[in-house]
This record gives sequence, C-alpha cells and structure tokens, in this order.
Amino acid sequence: MNDSTHDASSRALSNLDLETPEKPYLDSNELIINMGPQHPATHGVLRVILKLDGEKVLGTECVIGYLHRGVEKIAENRTYTMFNPYVDRMDYVAAVSNGLGYCEAVEKLMNVEAPARAKYIRVILTELNRIASHQLWLGTHALDIGAMTPLFYTFRDREEILKIFEKYCGARLTTHAFRIGGCQYETYAGFEKEVKNFLTFVAPKIDEYEELLTTNRIWIERTKNVGVISAADAIALGVTGPVLRASGVKWDLRKAQPYAAYSEFNFDIPTGTNGDTYDRYLVRMAEMRQSLRIIEQAVNRIPEGPIMAKVPKIIKPPVGEIYHSIEAPKGELGYFIVSDGSTQPYRLRVRPPSFVNLQALDTMVRGLLVADVVAVIGTIDIVLGEVDR
Amino acid sequence: MPNFIMSYLNSKDAITPGAAGSQFWALVYVFIIFAGVSVAVMAMNWLERKALAHFQIRLGPMRVGPHGLLQPIADAIKLMLKEDIIPAEADQFVFWVAPLIGLLAAFTVYTVIPFGPSQAVSDMNIGILFMLGVSSLGVLGIVVAGWASNSHYPLIGALRSSAQMVSYEVAMGLAVVSAILMTSLNATGTGTLSMIGIVQAQQQQGVWFIFKFFPLGLIAFGIFAIAMIAETNRAPFDMAEAESELTAGYHTEYSGLRWSLFMLAEYAAMIAVSSIAVALWLGGWMRPFPNLLNAPAWDFIFSLFPALTFFGLAAIAIVGVVRMPTHSFFKIQRIGLAAFAAVLGFIALLLLVIAVAGRSADASVAASPAAKFSEGVDYVYWFVFKVAVFMYLFIWYRATWPRYRFDQLMKIGWKVMLPISLVVLIATAIVGVLVS
Repeated sequence: MNDSTHDASSRALSNLDLETPEKPYLDSNELIINMGPQHPATHGVLRVILKLDGEKVLGTECVIGYLHRGVEKIAENRTYTMFNPYVDRMDYVAAVSNGLGYCEAVEKLMNVEAPARAKYIRVILTELNRIASHQLWLGTHALDIGAMTPLFYTFRDREEILKIFEKYCGARLTTHAFRIGGCQYETYAGFEKEVKNFLTFVAPKIDEYEELLTTNRIWIERTKNVGVISAADAIALGVTGPVLRASGVKWDLRKAQPYAAYSEFNFDIPTGTNGDTYDRYLVRMAEMRQSLRIIEQAVNRIPEGPIMAKVPKIIKPPVGEIYHSIEAPKGELGYFIVSDGSTQPYRLRVRPPSFVNLQALDTMVRGLLVADVVAVIGTIDIVLGEVDR
Repeated sequence: MPNFIMSYLNSKDAITPGAAGSQFWALVYVFIIFAGVSVAVMAMNWLERKALAHFQIRLGPMRVGPHGLLQPIADAIKLMLKEDIIPAEADQFVFWVAPLIGLLAAFTVYTVIPFGPSQAVSDMNIGILFMLGVSSLGVLGIVVAGWASNSHYPLIGALRSSAQMVSYEVAMGLAVVSAILMTSLNATGTGTLSMIGIVQAQQQQGVWFIFKFFPLGLIAFGIFAIAMIAETNRAPFDMAEAESELTAGYHTEYSGLRWSLFMLAEYAAMIAVSSIAVALWLGGWMRPFPNLLNAPAWDFIFSLFPALTFFGLAAIAIVGVVRMPTHSFFKIQRIGLAAFAAVLGFIALLLLVIAVAGRSADASVAASPAAKFSEGVDYVYWFVFKVAVFMYLFIWYRATWPRYRFDQLMKIGWKVMLPISLVVLIATAIVGVLVS
C-alpha cells in the first residue's frame, strides 16, 4: 500500500513542470506536500500534490479518480431509461441539471420534443437547482477562506429548494426529476405558490450573504487578484460556466444555444472583467439573481397541457450520434451518445464541467500561496462525483 | 501559625502575597488561579461552541447535560481516555515536551495579572515585561510541536505561527510602551512597569489609558487589540491552525490529552492577553466611573453588580427550565438545570450578603475584614467582567470574518501596525512632555 502510494506520487511528480529544472529532485528548499484526498478543503476526494517553495506554489498536480464509478461504462449496459437516474450521481449538488442534459440529449437523438409545460417545469426546477448549487458553492468557498457563518445561512436557504424538490418528486438530492420525453410527474397542488414564496424568501437572503462578504475587507483581499485566468487562457483550457464568464467572455449556452424554454425568458449574462476569484464570486451571486428572474417569468407564464411527449415504452433511438450540451451551474455539461439502434447506448460520453474546469487549477495557482490553492479550488466549484464519474 | 502567614495577614492593604513575602498565600493564589483559569477555559469552550452556534443558526451542544452544560466535562474525559499516539517518526521527547512549554508559558503569565490591588500572586516591578516575555515563550511550544511532528502540515503551521507571533510582538510591544509612558504622568513623575502600578496610575490620573490623549490611547489600544488576536492565533489570524488549509496546523499529529493541553494553553493565552489589555487600557480592576460617581451610594450600587450578574444568570437558567419541553425525557435535564439555577442563585445571594455586609458598616470600620473582602470581590468581578467582554469579541470575530492570508498578515503587521504604533508612541511621548 505504502509503496503504491509512493509510486503514484513520484509518477505524478515526474509530470510536474518544474520551474527550476536544474535543481535536484526534492531539494531541501522545496517541499512536496500532498493535499488530499482526505483534506477538509478539497471538496471531496481530490488529491493535489503541491510543490512548494516555502509557502509559494511552484506547481501542482491533480490526482483524480478516487470517486470513479464508471458511470460511462455503466451506460453501455443499461437501457436509456434505466440509465437516467445514474446521471444524478455525477454532479450530485446539481442533479436536476444532469438529468435535463441527459433527457434532452436522448430526445434530440430520437427526434422527440418535450411539451411546452414540461419544458417550463424543467426550467423552473433547473434554475432552482442552479441556485441550490451556487448556495452550496458559496458556503463551502467561504468556509475554505475562513468565514464559517455563510455556510450555515446558505444551507438553511438551500433547504427550501430541497423541500420543493422533495414535494415534486420525492427525492431531495438525486432527484431523477425528468424523464425522456418530458416529466413523469405533474406539479403538485400549490407548486407555483410555493415557488413564488421561495422567490420572495430567498432574494433578501442573497443580500444577506453579500452583506457578510462582498464589501468585507478580508474577503476582498483574499479573493481580488487571486487565481486570475485571462479570457484567452480560459478558452484555450476549455473552461466554461461562471469561471469563463468572470474572465469577461459572454458565453452562456442558455443564450448561445437555447434549449428547453430558455429562449422565451429575459435574463442577463453576468460577466466579470478581471477573471479573479472575486469576479467569479460576483458572477455567481449575480447568476443567482438572474435565476430568480427566470423562475419568476416561468412560474407566471407556465402553460397548461400535457407533460409527456409521445415516447415508446421501450426507447430505441435510431442509429446515429448526438452531442447535446446545457449550461449546468458549473459550466457546459455535454452528453455525447452513440446509438447502434439498440435499447442501450453503444457509447456514452459525458463532458463534465468540473473536470474540464479543474485543469485550469495549475494555471491559476502557480506563484500563489498555499492558502490561495484552497481559495482557487473553491472558486472553480468542482464536484468530485462529476470529475471522476 | 507560621510567621509568613501572620505577616501577610497583618500587612498593609495594597500588598500582594508575593510582595508581603508570604509564600503560603502566594501558593494559595497560584492554586486558585490555576483552578479558576482551568474552569474558565472549560466555560469558554462551552460558551464559544454555544455562541458560535447561535451566530450560525444552530443550537450547539444540547445533549450532554441541560443545554450541553456538561459538554466540556464530557470532552475532557473523552480526551483523557483517548489513546496517546506519538508518531513513530516523531522526535519523541520534543513531541512530549512541546504542549507543556505552551501550557507553562500561558499559565506563568498569571502570576503577575492584577485581579485587584492585592489580588495577585506577586507585584513584580517589571510585571509587564515579564508578562510579554513569558507569553511570547508560548510560540516556542508551537514551533517545537510543528518540528517534532516530522510532518509537512504541522511544519508549515509552526513556521507560519512563529513568524506571525514574532512580528506582531513588535507592534504589540510598542503599543504597550506608549501605555507605559502614560504612567509617568502622575504627581511623582515616575513611570512604572508593575502591572498593579499601571492600573493605579490610571486611578491617580482619573482616566483609563484608552481615553488618555484621545485618540492616541485609543489607537494604541486598537493596535494591541489586533495584535493580541494574531498573538493567540485566533480568527481572522488563525493561519497556524487554518483548518481548511493545513488541516489542523501545528497540532495535526497531536491527539487526546496532549491536544487538549494545546487547547488549554491557547485559551489560557487568550485570557492572559485580554488581561494585559484590560490592565493597561481599561482600568484593570476599577469599576466604571470611579472618579465621577464616587459617592458612597455609588460605591454601594456598583458593589451590587456581582450579585446582580449571578442573579441574571440564574434567571436565564430558570427561563431555560420553564421553556424546556414537558416530555418525561427532559425530566432529568430540567432537574439539572434547576439545580444549576439554584447554585447560581446561591452564589448571587452570597455575593449580595458580602456586598451589603461590606458596605453597610460606617466609614470608621472601613478596614474591617468584611469590607476588605467585599472590595476584593468587586475588584475581581470588574476585572473578570472586562476580560469576559474580550472573550466574547474573540468568538464574535471568529463567527464573522474570513481568514487573512499569511503574506497579508505579515504586510499588516510590518507595514501598517508597526508604523502606526511607532507614530503613536512618539506622539504620546511629545504630548506627554508638553502636558507635564
């Protein structure tokens, strides 16, 4: 066991792009430190090997796979319907988004379109989930930077979203809210009223989080100009979502390639300018408010009608392949499905935003201090279930 | 009875046992302080968890005893029973001795803390120097612990805290010097380093040093108040044990009793530095407005405060009893809390009796033992009250603020606080000369 761990780290170390290659391995001035996989601030089981000069980070190496469950391989042995709940287990804090992406991808493959009412329900739940995901991100991110209290406030308010999910589909976290072709469940009595109540409830709460952090001197010092990534770098690394938008790129799939019913709502794409941790924080805070706007419009205009398109009991998409991506809370979540005409996907590949965004970590933290590594891991907003799949 | 006891009992009022040459009474004080601080640390532990929980819309400990009142005791027992682990690669002896260094440094400071004009173990003529010197020894325990653990995280934590504590001591020392300068502005024109002397200087000058030469005293106090947080490794300067970065910092490899010794030392150090701040700037043992409201009636009213505080605590406990659910499961908890309320009420009654007995006697017998004792209670009460305010602030800071980064902390220490404290020191000196 010991030997294998050692092998893994030395293998990882040999890949490190050393800034000072002429120095001998494990120079007494430099410190190789293992952050994770069991560490309070790596958001799960991420292992980051840091090469430190004092406190300065010379290089990082992410070791992932501790939560690998072979989700993509499982897909090849399940029918399209059976696989649907599995996607919830990837990004488990934004399970609704995962389900939406998968269901829409299969629908696109089958050339089926969900009814308008189903689309509206999907938008409402997905945006609620976006708020929940951002709240969880905010709490843990703030905790990493040392502010304990926001965590409890965000969890208190996230609870209200989970209650709505629970009432809608019986599950709080891994919801399996949508089905291929629409939604399985009609909204429960009082759904719209509860969502509206939530909107009025949570808007001042978001102000409350901001009150604790946005103008806080320490928070600004810890996040401004920390983990800067330029727009060009971000695009080159394939970074998407709030991380990309904070660098000033106005790219949001909800606008760029509207899916579900997003083309029918007015909302802005918040962007940052510096691409630092503080901008990413502001972008996500603004996104929560935009989500509230979308939900408000959706709830007020939700059409009547069926919630399920005509979909055969046994789903057999035609031979072909499809790539469909949605704007998940963490970035572009894409599904690439190859169908051989049978009931099971021939190959299913997920493009997880966390995984792709995580590769920007090294670019962001080089030259910063150990404390910033924690802040940057938090600001990328990764979920290891999605990184490892 | 041995001579040194009698000599202490017959000695003049404002003399500490150490100054009276009474080793016996000094020993008694040491024991009282050791027990008192240990209890205070336990209470602080409970209070911190409760207050922090309430800041964070949680309940905190609720299971062990009514409202978790027995939680610190349960924790202490748990920690004592835990397996004593010393990592195989650690330097065994140094690993063993490190928590003791921290603890000794933290507790030794208490020998000069002036709870009252004669309520101290000793009145050292270099009290404040001794205090700063000994309390800065605490960093040694941390450095040694981090080094002996032979592990990366503790090492980084230890390096951080040594750099942090050493650099903040500079600003802290300069702030202290500006307070000491103020002591020389009395009638005799001689300053003092004795802790008791410093408080008495504030008494003679009729002003707490925090308000002296406004705003100079306030700024010096502010610098000390910031530096003392950094000095004790508390949020927002808790880099040494930054949980999210270094898991637990210098005590990552420690567990059980040794870990609890570190905690004990940390909390004891918090109380100690708060005591310095109280003695230097906030009038030490003096009650509010001792010169303004100095009629005997005011004396009497203020001497009722200890009793009132305990009555208040008892009332809160009684409210807790009343509000407790009526389910039979809570019966034992209700009885326990009621008993606790009764104890608090009894202490309050006792204090009330002392206050009344001490003050009701006419002026001619002011030096009677009852009056003396009552006065002593007042002194200790006001001192502890002021320290308790600081303790609450420590918790409040922790609940509110994020953590500074190491380099930012250094920047603040050297580039902001040090120049400000230098300027304040020089300004205090100039103003002091001009005034006298």
